[in-house]
Amino acid sequence: MAAKGKDPQAPSPLDPQAQSESTAALLRELVAHLRQNRTQLREEWARRITRAQLLTAMTEEEIFAEATSVYDNYVEALETGTFEALQAYARNLSERIIPRGVETHEVVGIVLLLRDVLARSLFGKYHEDFDKLNRILDAYEPAANRVANTVAVGFVQERERIIRQQQEAIRELSTPVLQVRERLLILPIIGVIDPQRARQLTEQLLRAIRTNRAKVVVIDITGVAAMDSNVANHLVQTVEASRLLGATVIVTGLSPEIAQTLVTIGVDLSEMATVGDLQGGIEEAERLLGYKVVPLEEPVPKP
Amino acid sequence: MEVPILKQGLYLIASIQSALTDADLSALREALIERVGKYRARGVIVDVTALDVMDSFAVRTLRDIAHMARLRGAETVIVGIQPEVAFAMVQLGLTLKGVSTALDLEEGLAYLDRQGQERLERVRGRVTRG
Amino acid sequence: MAEELLVPITSDVDVVSARQKGRELAAEAGFSSGDQTVIAAAISEIARNILMYAKRGEIALRTVMNGDLDGVIIVARDQGPGIPDVARALQDGYSTSGGLGLGLPGARRLMDDFDVVSIPGKGTTVTMKKWRRRHA
Repeated sequence: MAAKGKDPQAPSPLDPQAQSESTAALLRELVAHLRQNRTQLREEWARRITRAQLLTAMTEEEIFAEATSVYDNYVEALETGTFEALQAYARNLSERIIPRGVETHEVVGIVLLLRDVLARSLFGKYHEDFDKLNRILDAYEPAANRVANTVAVGFVQERERIIRQQQEAIRELSTPVLQVRERLLILPIIGVIDPQRARQLTEQLLRAIRTNRAKVVVIDITGVAAMDSNVANHLVQTVEASRLLGATVIVTGLSPEIAQTLVTIGVDLSEMATVGDLQGGIEEAERLLGYKVVPLEEPVPKP
Repeated sequence: MEVPILKQGLYLIASIQSALTDADLSALREALIERVGKYRARGVIVDVTALDVMDSFAVRTLRDIAHMARLRGAETVIVGIQPEVAFAMVQLGLTLKGVSTALDLEEGLAYLDRQGQERLERVRGRVTRG
Repeated sequence: MAEELLVPITSDVDVVSARQKGRELAAEAGFSSGDQTVIAAAISEIARNILMYAKRGEIALRTVMNGDLDGVIIVARDQGPGIPDVARALQDGYSTSGGLGLGLPGARRLMDDFDVVSIPGKGTTVTMKKWRRRHA
């Protein structure tokens, strides 16, 4: 790709004033050409997107509709030299397609395809007049590069914004210590545990034990995908530290894979109370606390 | 810095007020063991709420107190370990294995009462069966 | 920021004051109360090691900056008999004093960096560091 285009930054031998005037005229001519051939070029572009298997998460109609919008915004940006509208559109588009799993390479790919489709059409139109073709391309390429840049950067920025948002949400969600009953806490752990998170988790749990005067804690690790010896040792430490505060810990939701890993790496869990699932764990905790859960019965009428 | 030891019914309560040197800790151990016999105590509570660090010597001393008191007929419970202290302890590998712990003085007393009750029931069980 | 606090270790009272000074320094450096406790416990262990094996020595404490990390450096020095086998002394459960054998390995687990240089007959220097990400 880099070998094909001319360097847009290459210094021009012409007088800059004359150069910019002729560039404006050339761009006007270019925009007129793109407007005249809108239907055909737009269809060609959409076809090539499908053929290159880009935007596979979208239907053909959707691709065509978006292609139309991008095309019009594209031509407008070339015409006016202002990119705000395109930028806003790119952000809006990204917002809609990111949740559907569209990847960065696809977005970059379709913009490059459009650039290619338009360049080819320029070759077709001006191939008789090589000199003119060169000047048209000189005017087109810097603008086209900027357009491609704007769309791609808009997409990546949007993606990063979403990732940041999700990270914050995850961090907030990551250690919910819940009180389900007087003196009974539940700590459901979901996702990946790294040493820093394990630490944070333990500190939060210990503080919660103290403030809630908890006697029993159920740690549910159903949502933990994998566990290595480091994480397992952290878990053991959490259990031991909780005991030092006078609380009993019940661990639930150890998957067969994790159980196998723990046994293989030789982590000593003999001191740890484990119960198969969260429900069983809570029942066990209630027994430890002296609760007895019975189904509601019809009140017996007194004689 | 001497640790005051209070007698409450059948229990002895040692409440640590400030940081202790190794010598203070050893003195506490001697005093407690001596008084378990003297007052025929059935329970010992060591309140460590005021300790902002527990290192291996402190933990070993507490463990020794619990084991020695048990040999002399009293159950020991350590109360008031701070969350940060507990976390540092387990990272050091100090877990007070075999020693009972409770959140605070109130919980410690409740624990000893329960233990006493259970012991009584065990004894009764032996008497009626035998 | 290179001001150094020097705590001589000659009795068990000094062990307490060394760990208290360490806690204060860690608090000044912005460590959480959990980390302050960890640092104080590590100092307690190595200070007691000095008392047990060398009878006397000193502990130097200071804060450091390294890129976007803040840290405390604790150096424990003595002119005691030295440790003949450092690698073994760092193993869990190894102790020649009848203690829990947690002194060095325990302190090492608590800290981020841990280094022991010991020359038999000359003495031992333990250098340990704990780091914290700034603005974290």
